[in-house]
Amino acid sequence: MAQRVETAKSTAGAKSSGLGYAALIAGWLVPGAGHLLLKRWGRGFLILFSITAMFVLGILMQGKLYAPNASELLDLLGFLGDLGAGLLYFIGHMMGLGQAPVQVVTADYGAKFIVVAGLLNLIAAVDAHNIAVGRKP
Amino acid sequence: MTLTPSHFSAVLLFASFASIVFGITQRATPKAMLRYGIYCFVLFIGSVIVASWVMYFIRH
Repeated sequence: MAQRVETAKSTAGAKSSGLGYAALIAGWLVPGAGHLLLKRWGRGFLILFSITAMFVLGILMQGKLYAPNASELLDLLGFLGDLGAGLLYFIGHMMGLGQAPVQVVTADYGAKFIVVAGLLNLIAAVDAHNIAVGRKP
Repeated sequence: MTLTPSHFSAVLLFASFASIVFGITQRATPKAMLRYGIYCFVLFIGSVIVASWVMYFIRH
């Protein structure tokens, strides 16, 4: 009996762990997808709206999308922040967005919007993981 | 299409979106999320206004 309970517990743990990583990766790739996967509809759509809007506004302000450049530490940090936006970053990069030379003062704000959108997305993805593994209600 | 908001408009947009995500991720209940989101928004805007006045007095 006790062995059955232990087996059931470990199976449930493995399932929640698998779901936790799925929520983490989905949340990183698409903002809010981790919460949507866990049926937290309100939180998921709010995160999707906020982070996507922030990223798009950054692009519209002619913000820079950083590319991996190991020789410049600040560029590398910017790249890591941008990468947090998941598919938004890859799509933007493939479309050649955020590559134009800076011509307006708001381009600097735009670059910060994009980096912060990526960082906020990472926080949201970790939050989805915490919900999936039961660390947060 | 290019968007060129004023500095303060950019701050309002930034504070709104960042506060929503902070509220959702840093608190567990809807009521606490709303309160924390508003708290973050006020802190963002308040700190920008205070920093602006500090810079104004440094310059004058």
